[in-house]
Amino acid sequence: MTIQAENISKRFGDFTALDDVSVEVADGSLTALLGPSGSGKSTLLRIIAGLETPDSGRVVIAGADVTSIVPQQRGIGFVFQHYAAFKHMTVRKNVAFGMEIRKRPKAEIRERVDELLALVQLGGFADRYPAQLSGGQRQRMALARALAIQPSVLLLDEPFGALDATVRKELRVWLRRLHEEQHVTTILVTHDQEEAMDVADQIVVMNHARVEQTGDPREIYDHPANEFVMGFVGPVATVGDELVRPHDVDLALEPADDHSEAMIQRVVHLGFEVRVELLLADGSLVSAQITREAAEQLELSRNQIVYIRPHRTRSFAGV
Amino acid sequence: MRHNLLRFGLRFVALGYLALLLIAPLAVVFKDTFASGVTPVWNALTTADTLHAAKLSLYALLIAVVANTIFGLAIALYLARRKGVIATVLGAFLDLPLALSPVVVGLALVLVFANTGWFGTWLQAHGFRVMFAFPAIAIATAFVSLPFVARELIPVLREIGEDQQQAAATLGATPVQTFLRITLPAIRPALTYGIVLTAARALGEYGAVSVVSGGIQGQTETLPLIVSRDWNNSDQIGAYATSLLLASMAVITLIVLNLVKPAHQRQEAA
Repeated sequence: MTIQAENISKRFGDFTALDDVSVEVADGSLTALLGPSGSGKSTLLRIIAGLETPDSGRVVIAGADVTSIVPQQRGIGFVFQHYAAFKHMTVRKNVAFGMEIRKRPKAEIRERVDELLALVQLGGFADRYPAQLSGGQRQRMALARALAIQPSVLLLDEPFGALDATVRKELRVWLRRLHEEQHVTTILVTHDQEEAMDVADQIVVMNHARVEQTGDPREIYDHPANEFVMGFVGPVATVGDELVRPHDVDLALEPADDHSEAMIQRVVHLGFEVRVELLLADGSLVSAQITREAAEQLELSRNQIVYIRPHRTRSFAGV
Repeated sequence: MRHNLLRFGLRFVALGYLALLLIAPLAVVFKDTFASGVTPVWNALTTADTLHAAKLSLYALLIAVVANTIFGLAIALYLARRKGVIATVLGAFLDLPLALSPVVVGLALVLVFANTGWFGTWLQAHGFRVMFAFPAIAIATAFVSLPFVARELIPVLREIGEDQQQAAATLGATPVQTFLRITLPAIRPALTYGIVLTAARALGEYGAVSVVSGGIQGQTETLPLIVSRDWNNSDQIGAYATSLLLASMAVITLIVLNLVKPAHQRQEAA
């Protein structure tokens, strides 16, 4: 189902959470709302879910205006950052909740819950209580619970935000696979650009209650609309008035026409890549990121003079 | 070694305090009550006045518990989820019955409900008698036991937050379904705890009730008033027997409280 949020504004007292924001999500896609905290991304998601009411603007799901419809009737699945598990119910009861409210036949509920628990890899955990599950397992249970009502859209509010880095990465891959199997239109809220790049087909970058840019991950990374987007979706170095990604800074040992002189301050080994921190003649600092092989070939060391040439630089001055 | 001494000292002080203030007097009451055997005690407890007082005490307790449970739930749901001036003021007023001396509460009620009071005049004109009758006893009892349910529920409700309620809503549950299936099971231990405290407080209420009931023998006396009257009339057996009845009810209340407590803690661990 397509989702359209049109000209949404929302204020909380003096704070403007959303300022005339419009977002469109294609049927079957996985869209990430990406932005720093306070950018309005969670509020937008909650407005789409009906958990908050916009001051102005409208929400359209599958062509129908749902702005004044209560969350109960929007046919959405919502997953919260802190799981929102029903603590006094077993995993089975949690997942069955939406279907029990809808008074589905017992046999059907049982079958569907078993199916969903298998899907989220919690087959053997049906009779446990949420307190007996790990964070990652709780979130998978919450996802199964949301999917149980066969929602037309799935809304995930920082779903992996409370989990540690390893589990987060695992669940990311898993979510992507789940999305490919289920094809439910999904919106994911995250402040983690890597997570957004990893799972989403479309990224909406938000900042200060507004949308900065919408596009697929590659577009956002390679053609950022402004300095904020460029800085938010990846590392940035500044050379003069221009911005450049550290891996787009070439290093050479011999001077050349379009190269500038720099002194190596520090060489940091990051695994496959090496980050070289450089001091330019004008006193500014720049980082270059090169492969380990390249670094070994150049035999870089501290206080050595090298020559840099940034390419694919971008300038947003005056924009 | 030093640590052990300290721990021993603390235990000694705590137990000594309890023994001096609580256990010793209760034990003496128990001993003196049965000083002349069981028969006089039984007789004292089965007089028409005592039975009537027990009935009044129980009715007042029931009304206070029902009213304060409903009110406590409502105000706790409100205070746990709202911020702002109104909520702050309401929260402060909620503790008034605990801070105020019950006698003052009684006097205030007299000012409002007596024949000459501003509300009492209207009630009198419409044929309702509140002051020096059962309604006044019930109102006074409800007033002094008002905060317990709310005070137990507010921290628990804050702790659970609203995520579970919102999750239930997105899954299609109406507010009533959400309350019955999600909120109520989560707060049940705290609610029971609050109700038991309310009952205990209501049962023992003396100050406010003694002012508003008028203490008319056989008509508007509750159990604590009987104890007081018997004591003043040097009817030691009567006073002790009724005290013992009240004390036993308090003990039963405390036992219920402790049966509930483990579940409360289990919930918190989860």
